[in-house]
Amino acid sequence: MQDFSVITDWIHTFLLDTLGCPSWLTVTIECLLIGVGLLLVYAVLALFYILYERKICAWFQCRLGPNRVGPWGLMQSIADMFKILIKELIHLKNIDKFLFALAPYLVIIASMLAFAVLPWANGLQVIDFNIGIFFLLAVSSIGVLGILLAGWSSNNKFTLIGALRSGSQMVSYELSVGLSVLTMVCLAGSMSVGDIIAAQERLWFIFSGHIPAIIAFIVFLIAGTAETNRGPFDLPEAESELTAGYHTEYSGIHFGFFYLAEYLNLFIISGVASLMFLGGWMPLHIPGWEGFNDVMNVIPGLVWFLAKCFFISFIIIWFKWTFPRIRIDQMLKLEWKYLLPINLFNLVLMAIIIVNGWVL
Amino acid sequence: MANLLENIAKEFPTATIENAEGKTTITVDDKEWHSLAVRLRNDSQTPMDYLVTIVGMDWSESLGCIYELMSSADPEGKILAVKVLAVERDGKPMIHSVADLWDIAVYYEREVYDFFGIIFIGNPDMRRLFLSIDWKGYPLRKNYDDNPILNPVSIENERQSDFTDVWMEDANGNVSKTTRRIFQPEDFVVNIGPQHPATHGVLRFRTAVNGEEIKKIDVYMGYIHRGIEKLCEDLTYPQTLHFMDRMDYFSAHNYHHALCMLYEKAAGIEISRRAQVIRVMMDELSRIASHCLFIGTYCMDLGATTMLFYTLRVREQILDIMEKTCGARMTFNYDCIGGVMQDLAPDFVEDVKALLAVIPANIKEYNKLFTGNIITKNRLKNVGVLSNADAKSWGVTGPSGRASGWACDMRKLRPYSIYSELDFEEVIAEEGDSMARFNVRMREIEESAKILEQLVDNIPDGEYCVKVPKVLKLPKGSWFQLTEGCRGAFGLYLESDGTTKPYRLKIAPPCLNLAAVVDHITAGQKIADLITIGGSMDYIVPDMDR
Amino acid sequence: MEVTTKHMPYDAWQDNEYIEKLAQELRDSGTNIIVGSLDKLINWGRSNSIWPLTFATSCCGIEFVSLGAARFDMARFGWEVARSSPRQADFMMVAGTIVNRMVPVFRRLYDQLAEPKYVIACGSCAISGGPFRKSYHVAKGIEDIVPVDVFVPGCPPRPEAMIYGIMQLSRKMKVERFFGGVNRQERRIKFYKEHPECE
Repeated sequence: MQDFSVITDWIHTFLLDTLGCPSWLTVTIECLLIGVGLLLVYAVLALFYILYERKICAWFQCRLGPNRVGPWGLMQSIADMFKILIKELIHLKNIDKFLFALAPYLVIIASMLAFAVLPWANGLQVIDFNIGIFFLLAVSSIGVLGILLAGWSSNNKFTLIGALRSGSQMVSYELSVGLSVLTMVCLAGSMSVGDIIAAQERLWFIFSGHIPAIIAFIVFLIAGTAETNRGPFDLPEAESELTAGYHTEYSGIHFGFFYLAEYLNLFIISGVASLMFLGGWMPLHIPGWEGFNDVMNVIPGLVWFLAKCFFISFIIIWFKWTFPRIRIDQMLKLEWKYLLPINLFNLVLMAIIIVNGWVL
Repeated sequence: MANLLENIAKEFPTATIENAEGKTTITVDDKEWHSLAVRLRNDSQTPMDYLVTIVGMDWSESLGCIYELMSSADPEGKILAVKVLAVERDGKPMIHSVADLWDIAVYYEREVYDFFGIIFIGNPDMRRLFLSIDWKGYPLRKNYDDNPILNPVSIENERQSDFTDVWMEDANGNVSKTTRRIFQPEDFVVNIGPQHPATHGVLRFRTAVNGEEIKKIDVYMGYIHRGIEKLCEDLTYPQTLHFMDRMDYFSAHNYHHALCMLYEKAAGIEISRRAQVIRVMMDELSRIASHCLFIGTYCMDLGATTMLFYTLRVREQILDIMEKTCGARMTFNYDCIGGVMQDLAPDFVEDVKALLAVIPANIKEYNKLFTGNIITKNRLKNVGVLSNADAKSWGVTGPSGRASGWACDMRKLRPYSIYSELDFEEVIAEEGDSMARFNVRMREIEESAKILEQLVDNIPDGEYCVKVPKVLKLPKGSWFQLTEGCRGAFGLYLESDGTTKPYRLKIAPPCLNLAAVVDHITAGQKIADLITIGGSMDYIVPDMDR
Repeated sequence: MEVTTKHMPYDAWQDNEYIEKLAQELRDSGTNIIVGSLDKLINWGRSNSIWPLTFATSCCGIEFVSLGAARFDMARFGWEVARSSPRQADFMMVAGTIVNRMVPVFRRLYDQLAEPKYVIACGSCAISGGPFRKSYHVAKGIEDIVPVDVFVPGCPPRPEAMIYGIMQLSRKMKVERFFGGVNRQERRIKFYKEHPECE
């Protein structure tokens, strides 16, 4: 298996020993490198995802999707980004200017922070520490703050309703996301991302944890869709009800941030799902099939991780373009009356299975 | 109804009853009008529970109204007209309101007030309906001054008022003006529309909400009021036809058919059987296309965008058929007085057969994708229940009325053209909720397909258009006709003074009622339900605004 | 300078003189090479990403829906991102009649669009009042209310005509200037001077 830590270690020793930088400078340079790298990945991924969704939804709807700008429309989202960058930022009267300007950055920062613990490949991870998953859940919930602020500061009734919906939705579904992740943490026995992936070397958790893992996976997908404000849970920006929901008043790049963050949150949720259930960058291993495992190992971890992410994103996009939107009371009912009890029961079930060693 | 008329003649000696060409008109003084209305509304055998429309009239020497009434208990769907002249009080023409008897009368009377300036004593809401609050003059009066300087096109925001004038009569018969508040100061009023993705055009709802719950809706119309009725008065009869395409643009054929039929009836023109068959086929094709688009846009409103593309597929196929024959995708202007504009395209029959072949599969697909979905069921079931009595009182006809268990299909009730010979079922549901309204439309597609199947192989030979005089003059008189558009009963009232132009052409579109009833059935529901209910009513704004 | 879009030969366009005039104006004032290349890049982005505002008043709006559907599929050109909020849209397809009561609303919608903003008058009602021109309650064309970039005639225009109209708009965007030259804001001020009743 390829190990990217060889490269990162080499950079580290190169800076520290060969160039003789003091350790504080080394860390600063490394942080800068990582920052630039992440920003690039971030932008490229967002643009890719926008096109990905547009193409997929076009296929669902018997259409072609973007195909005029660049080959197969590949440049479409780049053109969109250029346009959004230079679009006018409208300054509104009677708004809370500071919060209005802050909100899109909060949303984008929340999704960027979550990138810190995503394991891209073996050794290719910004930081691997013992509460990685906990950190991820914590930072991804900052996003709701941005949405609430956006809705509140715009001085618009639609945005306010959108923000309130978003608030109640996030608070509720955070529970389900947390609990289903907790179920898998039980199985892994660790909150560190590296350990979780290492534990899946023999077999992915969705197979080894069988029934409770599958239940947790389904719950996680539903709750994750709700967390990212995507259909059928797109109530905060329900287009036919609240025009554009919480970001109605945003224009230009501020709107662009919300637009990008939506797709990146989709990627993060898919990333977490693939990390917790499908082994992150870990290739598909089947105990006993050594030849098969060796073949699988040839495919790089990065490819595995991205492929899994795109697959799960595909499922979530599929949801969105198939189901009608759910109503606010039904949404809360789904969470508090169904998903939460199922989750709690599932957690107990998982504990029983682990204690009895019924894990595959 | 004969009993009722006899009783009326006894009880109201001042009222005169005329019977002409199968149409009964009662003329009554304003003094006795309200008691007569109560008597008609509460008759034991045939209660006149459906107020079809109120036609405001300006006979130059006097203003007045013609109330077109119908009883849902009458199997023949006979129409009773009541003519009331306005009485001058304090220099203003006034008539007693019947808003306490029929809910929809509030809107009808506001419309008459808007166009003719007739004040209705006792109507709780006497604002203008279509025109803005500062509009000068009453446009449908014959002496209206349409100088644009009086009412300029202004980009200034329209003045808004939360108050309405109400004229009330006390026990002594004195009329006094009071004001009434529409929204309370503490109400959180959200403005939905005119530019809003879910209002299906430029309708505006001012919605008082309590959190997610709706307290009250005030419907504002007139954002696409083009004054078609007034325009018609300056055009010759054939020239008025093309406006029918631009009201409910999905029922273009049906409305065209209706107006042509009215003129033919008035002029005594018999059209060929071939033309009739062609017209009915076009009507039913439009109905399928219209319902398909309804399903698509409704699903899109609910968030299931993909359905729109599947339903538009069938619609495009129908538009192709129409384009081959009529030459246009919309606003066909196909029916004309005496028949149809041109003969069918050579491969019309083949195309219709191809369409009929794909419809069952498509409906199956729609049901699979949308109707059977658990989220759909939760969103639609028991949302916006419209009871049978309310449907009649609000005059909600068409598929929406039939979903409340009211057999109001004019094709069955008052068969016109060749509908009496055709074998089709009137789709009726009892629940009255959004799901029922959706399902009724779904099933109506099948019924329309059934009609097409019967006709497609039996298009008789003959001329498609009979000869009509180049300059068409209609005899003096008045006619009222009800036909079935795609969205409900489409009424047309024509008064002719013997010239080549209509003296008054009143269009009674079904969509006005559909939009007016939204307030009544959304109270206490969620904001999301407003979209569900409004969508399920399937109103077309240019139709209600005219 | 031949301004065209992908898959549409230059000669197939109907009004090349107009675009050439615009291009000529652009060239006449001369430009710095760096600024000029940046302008090209920006114009490429803008002209390829035209997001409409969900706005329709009557029949033409339905044809606009058809334009989005599978048969005409405006997504091919990247126009399918219809925004309901005017702040996020690039152009407004004025599809349908604009009546007196709608004028203030329509005008406000236009003002809410973020720069650069464009207007397409779609259908005879928006262009001149169409069949309702004689009415007491119809604006006789939207040109007196907002500056219009492209007119698409028809009642209603076919979806193909709409595609052509939006492609023309895209072409117009390509001969614009972001840095220097007369920008849209100045042109709008000029428009208001010519139409004092609109201000």
